[in-house]
Amino acid sequence: MTEPSRSGWDLLAAHRRQIVEQWSTVAAGALAGRITQAELDRDVAEMFDALTTGAVTGQHRLTDDAYAPMRDLLADLARTRARQGFSPTETAVGVFALKEAVLHLLESLGDLELYRFFADFSRLVDEVGLHLLESFSQAREMVISEQADALLELSTPVVKLWDGIVSLPLVGTLDSARTQVVMEKLLQALVETGSEHAIIDITGVSAVDTQVAQHLLKTVMAARLLGAECIISGIRPQIAQTVVALGIEFGDITTKASLADALLLALRRSGQDVVRRQAPQVR
Amino acid sequence: MDRIPVLRIGDILLVSVQVDLQDDTALALQEDLAERIVETGAHGVLIDISGLEIVDSFIGRMISTIASVSAVLDATTVVVGMRPAVAITLVELGLSLDGVSTALDVDRGLALLGGLRPSGGLARSDAAEDAATDPGE
Amino acid sequence: MSTSPAVLSQETHEIASDSDVVRVRQSVRNLAIDAKLSLVDQTKLVTAASELARNTLVHGGGGRVTVEMVTAGARRGVRAVFSDHGPGIADIALALTDGWTTGTGLGLGLSGARRLVDEFDLVSDPGSGTQVRVVKWTR
Repeated sequence: MTEPSRSGWDLLAAHRRQIVEQWSTVAAGALAGRITQAELDRDVAEMFDALTTGAVTGQHRLTDDAYAPMRDLLADLARTRARQGFSPTETAVGVFALKEAVLHLLESLGDLELYRFFADFSRLVDEVGLHLLESFSQAREMVISEQADALLELSTPVVKLWDGIVSLPLVGTLDSARTQVVMEKLLQALVETGSEHAIIDITGVSAVDTQVAQHLLKTVMAARLLGAECIISGIRPQIAQTVVALGIEFGDITTKASLADALLLALRRSGQDVVRRQAPQVR
Repeated sequence: MDRIPVLRIGDILLVSVQVDLQDDTALALQEDLAERIVETGAHGVLIDISGLEIVDSFIGRMISTIASVSAVLDATTVVVGMRPAVAITLVELGLSLDGVSTALDVDRGLALLGGLRPSGGLARSDAAEDAATDPGE
Repeated sequence: MSTSPAVLSQETHEIASDSDVVRVRQSVRNLAIDAKLSLVDQTKLVTAASELARNTLVHGGGGRVTVEMVTAGARRGVRAVFSDHGPGIADIALALTDGWTTGTGLGLGLSGARRLVDEFDLVSDPGSGTQVRVVKWTR
């Protein structure tokens, strides 16, 4: 079993230039010019060398130690392709094109023995392709999560409403990751602006369940530890009903239906008030 | 062992915790404060923890104890300058520091203590809320 | 997890006195900074380490901690393993509920510390001691 295989790999090594060229050409066809030929040539040559280097040791599974450099190479390639916005197929095709290149060579040599080698070789290339796809998938997840983080940063603005009063309009869903960011931003803003009052407006929060209430509670408790008080505003009628139905107690945290009411309260708590002039102003 | 200095500003004792507190230093502080309150007849204790990067349950307990002991000695305790990261951690840890008043900084802490009643309570602006009877409510 | 994390660096500290607890905090903090944990995550980890170190000292009669920087894939983390040969914990489930305490503490040490970290493992046997392993990863 090993002898024909060894001669098969020797054959590949001997025809390196030809195989790499053919491989690159086939792959380029699928990638439709979105990557320079030079870059593709280089990627393909690197993969070929990593593959043949591993095969020389006699090991034939991608999970074997000899192929560690190959796996690292694949992980790098996957990350690059994911960030460049390639689809999974476009990425994988780059690997499977190798089979076509090798088959082409073997056909031209017409040696039946080598077809047995091709069966093993094909299996190895399949493993390589799958590993690449797996890494690609992980890399894509990472890109998505980074984008989600960036979105999170952008969507939690803390606005100064008045001297000593800031507001935090929350929009969308409140999960624990989001709450963490929200808490940090709010507390930081309280310290930086020296504000003792925060109005957390939840008009834009889609649903308030026990977990969301818990997150809000944690935020208020943290603010209190700093020496600031929170008012929760923007409670819609449905939310109010849900809160009561779920038995959620806001305890001694003040809640207001509107941001305006909350602002008025915060002003009064900080020793200020809003008055209506006796006579209308003359324009 | 370092002892943390206790300063006096009129009727108020001021403590600034700058270093990573060792347990015995914390205990010594508790004792020193109790003694100074009695010595000076102070009615307020201001603890500045803006220098603390960590507040664990031991330190939290120290703060609560100081507040309780001070209250028995007719003094109110205010903790100021807690860092946001510390506040978030304390909430997660489950430490509520009940019975301890807090303020953003030393200035506000002193203002808070300035408005205190002789019985040891704090005259917060709860009165403002009670008085809020605007037509919209 | 298919593979265990790789260890990038390691330090071991004896926990026999108060000042050792401070040293453990500093060691964990330095590693957390090197691993590029966010400030809040650093604070949480060091606070948890402080709780566990004190537990080791007060309830375990002293012991040691091994602090390591680890990686798993692209993420870095800090792992701390506290061990002692103290009396051990008879009822682990009880110990991990809030408010449980043997001494004059607030009883938050273990359950609180668990909330502050990403991974938490506790093994304890009355008679052979206690081992607590915690890990905090970068996000």
